[in-house]
Amino acid sequence: MFKTFPKGGIHPPENKLTADKPTVILPVPAQVTVPVSQHIGAPATPVVEKGVAVRAGQLIAQAKGFVSANIHSPVSGKVSKIDTVVDTTGYKQTAIVIDVEGDEWVETVDRSTGLLKEITLTREQIIERCQQCGLVGLGGATFPTHIKLTVPAGKKCDTVIINGVECEPYLTSDHRLMLEKGAEVLTGVSIIKKALGVESVIIGIEANKPDAISNLTELAKGFQGITVQPLKVKYPQGGEKQLIKACTGREVPSGGLPLDVGVVVQNVGTAFAVYEAVQKNKPLVERVVTVTGKSVKNPGNFQVRIGTPVSALIEAAGGMPDDTGKVINGGPMMGKALAITDVPVTKGTSGIILFPAEASKRAEVLPCIRCGKCSSACAMGLEPWLISVLGQKAMYETAEQERITDCMECGACAYTCPAKRPLLDYIRLGKSTVIRLARERITK
Amino acid sequence: MSNILNVSPSPHQQSAETTRKLMYGVVIALLPALAASIWFFGMGAIIVTLVSVLACVATEYLIQKFILKTKPSISDGSAVVTGLLLAFNVPSNLPVYIIIIGAIVSIGVAKMTFGGIGNNPFNPALVGRVFLLISFPVQMTSWPLPQGFNTGYADAVTGATPLAIMSEGIKNGETVSALMEKVPTHMQLFYGYMGGSLGEIAAAALILGGIYLVWRKIITWHIPVTILLTVAAFTGILWGVDPTKYADPLFHLLTGGLMLGAIYMATDYVTSPMTAKGMIIYGIGIGIITVLIRVWGAYPEGVSFAILIMNAFVPLLNKYIKPKRFGKEVKHG
Repeated sequence: MFKTFPKGGIHPPENKLTADKPTVILPVPAQVTVPVSQHIGAPATPVVEKGVAVRAGQLIAQAKGFVSANIHSPVSGKVSKIDTVVDTTGYKQTAIVIDVEGDEWVETVDRSTGLLKEITLTREQIIERCQQCGLVGLGGATFPTHIKLTVPAGKKCDTVIINGVECEPYLTSDHRLMLEKGAEVLTGVSIIKKALGVESVIIGIEANKPDAISNLTELAKGFQGITVQPLKVKYPQGGEKQLIKACTGREVPSGGLPLDVGVVVQNVGTAFAVYEAVQKNKPLVERVVTVTGKSVKNPGNFQVRIGTPVSALIEAAGGMPDDTGKVINGGPMMGKALAITDVPVTKGTSGIILFPAEASKRAEVLPCIRCGKCSSACAMGLEPWLISVLGQKAMYETAEQERITDCMECGACAYTCPAKRPLLDYIRLGKSTVIRLARERITK
Repeated sequence: MSNILNVSPSPHQQSAETTRKLMYGVVIALLPALAASIWFFGMGAIIVTLVSVLACVATEYLIQKFILKTKPSISDGSAVVTGLLLAFNVPSNLPVYIIIIGAIVSIGVAKMTFGGIGNNPFNPALVGRVFLLISFPVQMTSWPLPQGFNTGYADAVTGATPLAIMSEGIKNGETVSALMEKVPTHMQLFYGYMGGSLGEIAAAALILGGIYLVWRKIITWHIPVTILLTVAAFTGILWGVDPTKYADPLFHLLTGGLMLGAIYMATDYVTSPMTAKGMIIYGIGIGIITVLIRVWGAYPEGVSFAILIMNAFVPLLNKYIKPKRFGKEVKHG
């Protein structure tokens, strides 16, 4: 029987157009732009200067403090400038621009392709290696991995959940990874298991990826303590709290972390990155990105170097279709629309979706008919119709009591609304203000 | 690469469900009951339904166009639903001018004065119906009897509804078993062979439409099932206490406006609670008030009043009955 989370959820059209497209390795571009902030936390500090020659895998920006991540050069070449650029979030930030020359890697990186299954590093060494290699969560939140692998004093972790859900429509990069690099992913999972000192790992995969489920189930027989848990297809099952509930029945408290119920969640992409970092000493300089859309000529999954322009990815998929009206970085439910395609791929870029013009505009907003479909869709048990109005009318105190900060912005409410109300826009507005006010209260 | 890209916050896709589709879904669900009415009442059912729908839509259009001076939104289908439901709640020989007054009260007073779709506290069709019942008590309670397809309109043979026969008879001291001889059998009631409002008679057709509504996910089971179970339980207890004084639960379920009310009127989005728990409390309230009015009230039928009374509690239910939140609340900060 497929498990799932009990409350709310929707089932948007899956549109996994690229599920059977093997990952294609893209050639290194002529120039890469590497932002110094590709993670949650403080931006890294550049440690190279203009004109310096760098090699692939070389540290080019040093993490600033504990909640931060190192940035490595994804290519070999010369630093042409350190400049302010617009990134995929639409904000400006510092980036290191490198003109590519050849493809020289630093010697410490093991570039062989053979599977290294035996884990020789100790727990502390594993965590240190993840930190050195600039690993962040590749599911989208880009939280530095070494922090998640460090259980603070007083907390206990007994279960690791690996997120192979990929519940966002269109995206297939994790799916392909589970098919093509299953053994590496499972080795990565074993490393995470060792680092956290837990006995049991659950890999949650939705039932629309039967090939990935059977592949990993078969491979998991060669590993200890790893079970694959098939899940019913339901959005937002990839949300950390929903996935934990589905796999273990535990409920993370409001405002709490997975560790409050003894769980750490890592994405399958992260598990693969952990494998490469720990077994091959390879920093996070590449990732798989799905480029897709109904009018796209050659939609596919592409392995690219970080810093490659999004426009190059679109070219690789057959160019931007004439009817394109929107380019989304990420999934259609939670991704961000790009204003320009001349922005670099970062560690958190899981997909690029091109929407035709007619699908890129919102429908006319009609009055709320109080049907309650938004409340039924909310996986957090909130009342989107209410908290969105509270956000709109600036009634922040009531919004806080109605637990607006529990909202994970999955968009199920706005998706399901028959009157096409921009529920999430106003919830975001209210939520960000409520969080700001709460912070001010603490500092006072 | 000269495309100008659209930038808006997520989510970037919306479901295919729209207000209009939901409203026309309700219209589709009402078609079997309409067909049954035309079968039993003939021409009258057609005339009343057409006049009511047209009058409701026209009232909304004229108010939006000339009084509110906003873009008319009659194409959303909500006025059509109100018109159908108003027609379903009146006798099939009601004079045209009375139907038009009902439509003006439903749309003009009960809906548009509050701001139109989504803002009315009371079910518009029921406000119109109760207004007519109080203003035109004679015309509103002369029920045509079913007689196969009847081409006449005002000259229909009229008589009392089964509920009225039962209520009057019990007051006059007759026993229920004697009265049961005077009303149609339960099977006839199920198919709709009885006197009554235009659309309320055919329980079978109404249930069929209700199943469609649940299957199409336009409504959930909570409100109709709770109302019907409450009525069945309450009248079942009374029946168990004294079967000579109280009619059996099945009789109550199949007569009057209960099926129409429970499946189509009480489930109106705007005037019903938004959480499952709230819906259940609301349904229990409607069931209890309906039985209280039917058994002890001045009117033989009480579904309309019961729904309107519980409509008034909906804002309260929405305020205090909350969905179960995900995760315990922990105090922090």
